[in-house]
Amino acid sequence: MILEIKDISSGYGRRMVLTGVSLRIERGEFLGIIGPNGSGKTTLLRAISGFLPLVKGHITFEGRGREQITRRELAQKMAVVTQSSDQTPLFSVEEFVVLGRLPYRGNLQFMETTRDVEVAERAMELTGIGHLKKRMMGELSGGERQLVSVARAIAQEPRLLLLDEPTAHLDIGHQVQIMDLLRQLNREHSLTIVMVLHDLPLASLSCERLVLLNQGRVRKIGRPEAVLTRGVIEEVYKISVNIMKTSLKGRPLILPALGKVV
Amino acid sequence: MAAYRQTARWGWIGYLTMLLVLVALFSLGVGGVHIPLKKVIFLLTHGRGTPDYTILFTVRLPRILLGLAVGGGLAIAGVVLQGMFRNPLVEPYTLGISGGAALGVALNIVVGGRAGLGLFSLPLSGFAGGVGVMAVVYLLSTRVAMLKLSRLLLIGVMASFITSSLIMLIMAMTRTEDLHGIIFWIMGSLQEPNIALIWVILAISLGGLLCALFYAADLNALSLGEEEAFHLGVKVERLKKVLFFLSSFVTGCCVSVSGIIGFVGLIVPHLLRLLVGGDHRILIITSYLAGAVFLILCDTLARVIMPPTELPVGVITGLLGGGVFIYALTRKGVSL
Repeated sequence: MILEIKDISSGYGRRMVLTGVSLRIERGEFLGIIGPNGSGKTTLLRAISGFLPLVKGHITFEGRGREQITRRELAQKMAVVTQSSDQTPLFSVEEFVVLGRLPYRGNLQFMETTRDVEVAERAMELTGIGHLKKRMMGELSGGERQLVSVARAIAQEPRLLLLDEPTAHLDIGHQVQIMDLLRQLNREHSLTIVMVLHDLPLASLSCERLVLLNQGRVRKIGRPEAVLTRGVIEEVYKISVNIMKTSLKGRPLILPALGKVV
Repeated sequence: MAAYRQTARWGWIGYLTMLLVLVALFSLGVGGVHIPLKKVIFLLTHGRGTPDYTILFTVRLPRILLGLAVGGGLAIAGVVLQGMFRNPLVEPYTLGISGGAALGVALNIVVGGRAGLGLFSLPLSGFAGGVGVMAVVYLLSTRVAMLKLSRLLLIGVMASFITSSLIMLIMAMTRTEDLHGIIFWIMGSLQEPNIALIWVILAISLGGLLCALFYAADLNALSLGEEEAFHLGVKVERLKKVLFFLSSFVTGCCVSVSGIIGFVGLIVPHLLRLLVGGDHRILIITSYLAGAVFLILCDTLARVIMPPTELPVGVITGLLGGGVFIYALTRKGVSL
């Protein structure tokens, strides 16, 4: 088990967003966190990464209490792709990706080592952005930028990768490209992946296990066909839906019935 | 070894160093007494005792050294603050430090503190005023041990307004000869009779450069955003505080000697970012050099445009800096 979350509560200031969430994540998992707006998906990701302090409960990472692990060591084992990666127009792609080597930098080390450069190059190859490396971040499209963010995270050589809506605002082509890349990293490089997803069909088709959050609590955990059932979705999203079984491993697809609010 | 080291951007460090040497030699040569370049070099080696040597070493060289210290210091304070706030409009003065320094000096002049402390009196009161206002701004922006940057910026801007109102109040109630002293100080100048003070400021400014370089990689992470920096293992809260104190201290020291010289801390980092990109390791070094070049050049122009009258250097930095800046921004293909 790579991550154990025991009964945590967290939020912003006095406003609690998560209450009593527990979750065990096995090594090599490909896990999706779904739920309506404001249900605490991003907050859960931030609580796991340590960006938000816990008010209650605790988290163990690879068997050790997360508070015993230094910031730097944690950054060598866990990488996070947030939603705010569009702020740095003046870095070139290769400069941006090599920033992922920061957790490995010595205290008085000024330049990257040869190994840092090699790891960054490999991360760019793996994500298929080698041809972009001299381009500036500001010139990239949304889909390219997301690939670059993933490349930077991979340059951290993490064992656990957290992503906050990696496919938001992307067209279906780029969505599939990102998902295929993440699945490949998961399978071939045994990287544990936990991501927040908004898109239910994408979550159903790509994830092995889903966590459905509702109002800051875990509503259901399990395989997509166990979580995405008519009763649960209608209750949580407060709409009326039809469920369609696809030919792909029997994964369910949600078809909202327009105009029928439950 | 590393591929990134060979990028053309690092070359700017070399070009700007050469430019700095050229501008310094030019500035040594021109003025009320013109000394040609060949003679400057000759005097530097064997001219001891001649009148020209005295002009070079007791009048022009100290100004160049102070220009280097103040120009470079203000520029790196600007780089650090703009990187940390991720806002290209922030400069050392936006946060209230110049207002505080000017208020300190104005009070000193009116109260007549000069008698007690002698030559160090004005710099000390400027420094105390600047750092004092920064401390207030800092404390007001800290909530539950977290430094809120958006809050810091707004409170700093308000502090600037309040201090400038107080300065106007003091000026309205003061005698004419004191008024002259206050206005002269606020306009800024690199003329500083106390050579020891110049060495102190130069040491602080170069120390600030080294310190900023030490944090350059962390600053790169912080310029991606606080959350991103956190996930790259940076101790964000500590870093923000260190950078804030670093830039306030360097600015406070510069301002206390030179008075208020605007635009350097705003424009130099900005132009250099367009030129060398967002990597703070390069940006800090090149901004220091470019800030020094810019201020020495402006000061030289201020001396030679209308001799024997010396124009306030702040006027030249504003006109030249503002002009170059607008030109750079309106050129085709520049996007911010």
